[in-house]
Amino acid sequence: MPFFTPGDHPGASFAELLKRVGIDPFQKHLTESTAQVHLPHATTCVALRYADGVVMAGDRRATSGNVISHRSMEKVVSADKFSGVAIAGTAGPAMEMIKLFQLQLEHYEKVEGQLLSLEGKANQLSMMVRGNLPAAMQGLVVVPIFAGYDLQKGYGRLWDYDPTGGRYEEREFVATGSGSVHAGAVIKVGWRTSMPQEAAVRLALKSLWEAADSDSATGGPDTLRGIYPIVASISARGWERIEDATLSHFVDELVAEYHERNQEV
Amino acid sequence: MSMPFYVAPEQIMKDRADYARKGIARGRALIAIQYSAGIAIVAENPSNTLRKISEIYDRIAFAGVGKYNEFDQLRVSGVRAADLKGYQYSRIDVDARSLANQYAQILGQIFTHEMKPLEVEILVAEVADIAANDQLFHIFYDGTVLDERRFCVLGGDSDAIYARMKESSLLTKLDTAQLSDVVQLCRSALSGPDRQLAVEECEIAILHRSGDRRAFTRLDDAEVNALIQG
Repeated sequence: MPFFTPGDHPGASFAELLKRVGIDPFQKHLTESTAQVHLPHATTCVALRYADGVVMAGDRRATSGNVISHRSMEKVVSADKFSGVAIAGTAGPAMEMIKLFQLQLEHYEKVEGQLLSLEGKANQLSMMVRGNLPAAMQGLVVVPIFAGYDLQKGYGRLWDYDPTGGRYEEREFVATGSGSVHAGAVIKVGWRTSMPQEAAVRLALKSLWEAADSDSATGGPDTLRGIYPIVASISARGWERIEDATLSHFVDELVAEYHERNQEV
Repeated sequence: MSMPFYVAPEQIMKDRADYARKGIARGRALIAIQYSAGIAIVAENPSNTLRKISEIYDRIAFAGVGKYNEFDQLRVSGVRAADLKGYQYSRIDVDARSLANQYAQILGQIFTHEMKPLEVEILVAEVADIAANDQLFHIFYDGTVLDERRFCVLGGDSDAIYARMKESSLLTKLDTAQLSDVVQLCRSALSGPDRQLAVEECEIAILHRSGDRRAFTRLDDAEVNALIQG
């Protein structure tokens, strides 16, 4: 059991605690460039604001070069009850970062006896992305999206990051990963102020559909295996994952819409 | 050079134990008890911000009586140890028994080697899938560990409170007892015959046997009020 003297303890930071006991979760000492190795990559994720909070969504595909390495990866996960994180980039360090981030928030909450503010959480993630910079320079880039419900302010907020840890708060939506251009364009056109939750979920699904249509690294809904994108909403009620049954229904409607588009006038 | 007076080791230990016991006796008590849906922990605590009961890990709670700064330091160490273990191995590898042992080591070490023992008594409770596997570890200022069943009492006047608890018929049917019943029982046992603990003086937290990852819930004033007023 780590027992520190007052004035010399790592505080509420789990990352600092890891350092103090000699564990370094980010491999800063890679010798050769790993850019040539085909490592699994996670791709498109989006987040958008709606009337009661934010909706986050991400496809399920991971690719290594031109090979599909995983079909059911979960890139959108809850960070704690009132926030979520979505990750694009090299899957290994990305998953490690998610795990550390979740632990960091829970560790803070338990040590301090209260939740970290949403801004504080966004800042923490920023530091973790920055911590990964040496690895990013060698090709192991991780670019997350952070979104959550701000309990103090009473509305949903979302943040975009760059590989250096730069943190940018957006007002409407964010998209990250290889299909982000396509997904972002769909949301940009369809986004409305204070849209209801259902409309936001449909829009997120549609954006991923279009990204999958134009970007080979993004996976579309896999009806054959019953694998759908992960979609979740975060509001004052906390993190709620949208059921696959609901998503399947929306996907069917989307398919019908495309069929209709192909009818001759 | 002046020579220190010789003091027998028995005397040193006895003095330290008396000192620790006096400190703990000044503190207000708490009770942890099993009930139908988990483990309830009820503490007498006039403060609404300085907590005696808190969460350590998914299914593990911590409670301390005695000197606040000392048991709070132990609490934070427990959170650190649990989170580190869960990170390095797996969440299911974090258990109350191992934490209780580590606490016992620290308390025992401080008791024998430091000038002043810690004036605390702590509880490490873990809720399991079935009541028979629940664990209540009661750890004393000198590192003694007791593995308690059904309920345990910590803090000042604990013998009298224990005796009052023992009188209750509810103890024979804890596996079907409702939360409000065990809370009422704990409250009256903590209060004693001459007074009644006010709602604001009760700090209550629960470890739910619900299967959710984080079993720990702290009840707010309104919930405590609803339980006590019925």
